[in-house]
Amino acid sequence: MSWTFVFVLAGSAYFFKVLGLVVIGDRELPPVLSRCLALIPAALIAAIVVHDTFSAGQELVLDARAAGVGAAAIAAWRKVPLIGIILIGAGVAALVRAVS
Amino acid sequence: MLRDPRMRQVMAACITLGFAVGVFAISFGVAAVGAGASVAQACAMSLLVFTGASQFSAVSVLASGGTAASAFGGAALLAARNGVYGLAMSRHLDGSLAKRLVAAQIVLDESTAMAAAQDDPAHRRAAFWVTGISVYVFWNTGTLVGALLGTAIDPRTYGLDAAIPAAFVGILFPMLRERMPRRAAIAGAVVCLALIPFTPVGVPILCATVGVLFGVPTPSPDQGTEAVAA
Repeated sequence: MSWTFVFVLAGSAYFFKVLGLVVIGDRELPPVLSRCLALIPAALIAAIVVHDTFSAGQELVLDARAAGVGAAAIAAWRKVPLIGIILIGAGVAALVRAVS
Repeated sequence: MLRDPRMRQVMAACITLGFAVGVFAISFGVAAVGAGASVAQACAMSLLVFTGASQFSAVSVLASGGTAASAFGGAALLAARNGVYGLAMSRHLDGSLAKRLVAAQIVLDESTAMAAAQDDPAHRRAAFWVTGISVYVFWNTGTLVGALLGTAIDPRTYGLDAAIPAAFVGILFPMLRERMPRRAAIAGAVVCLALIPFTPVGVPILCATVGVLFGVPTPSPDQGTEAVAA
């Protein structure tokens, strides 16, 4: 890995953050767009959950992660505190890997 | 501020999330060194790029023999969603330009999700900053630990790859109680899953943004064109 690669990637990652937060974000937005923006976290976080649970590169897979995240969902539904949800998720995934 | 019990609860959750991300960062350190990065390069990526998904994607493409250009493409696409988060967060973060340029570096999945989970502006701002800073500290510490450990451990043995989606499930759940966010979340998840096999890494999550259109109330006929234009 080259240092140029590290710096170019760092620059582009920061570019997107500043673009959204500072450059575009400063403008007054129409109400419809504001309502859409408020829903972005729910839509993207849900996408990340299914992505990180069921994907391996461009493939859809069903492995120990699904068991871990499923257990975490039950814990979240039962109102377990965040740290418990994380430990249950990791623990169940580790357990399923260990026995399979 | 810390006399407010609700605020204490929020802070505790934000720091917990940072800690979980830090544990996960160990696996990034391991992966980076495995892909041929030096310990210094692995740490520089976490300090400067500071976008976990992009960093992981970059080192996994390089590790499997991909070119720097293809590693960069996927990583940049994954970083693009922080632009969307920045846009969503900009209404809640005020202050000087300098302060917002600092805030930009900690616009992440975690800080945005934690902020979105709060009901009022003060808690939202606090959740953003505390989560962002705690993730920054723990992510970089974890990266260093993982890079030094090298390939001595396999993080998957401890289920670390399930820790982050589990944490996001925990943050997402309370948002699903209301109808509009629930519809946006379901649509986002479905779009993402449907695109994974057919599009380059990074694209499915970015495209999940269209999920918000399913959460916005159906416009009356005279507002129809406005909604489409937006």
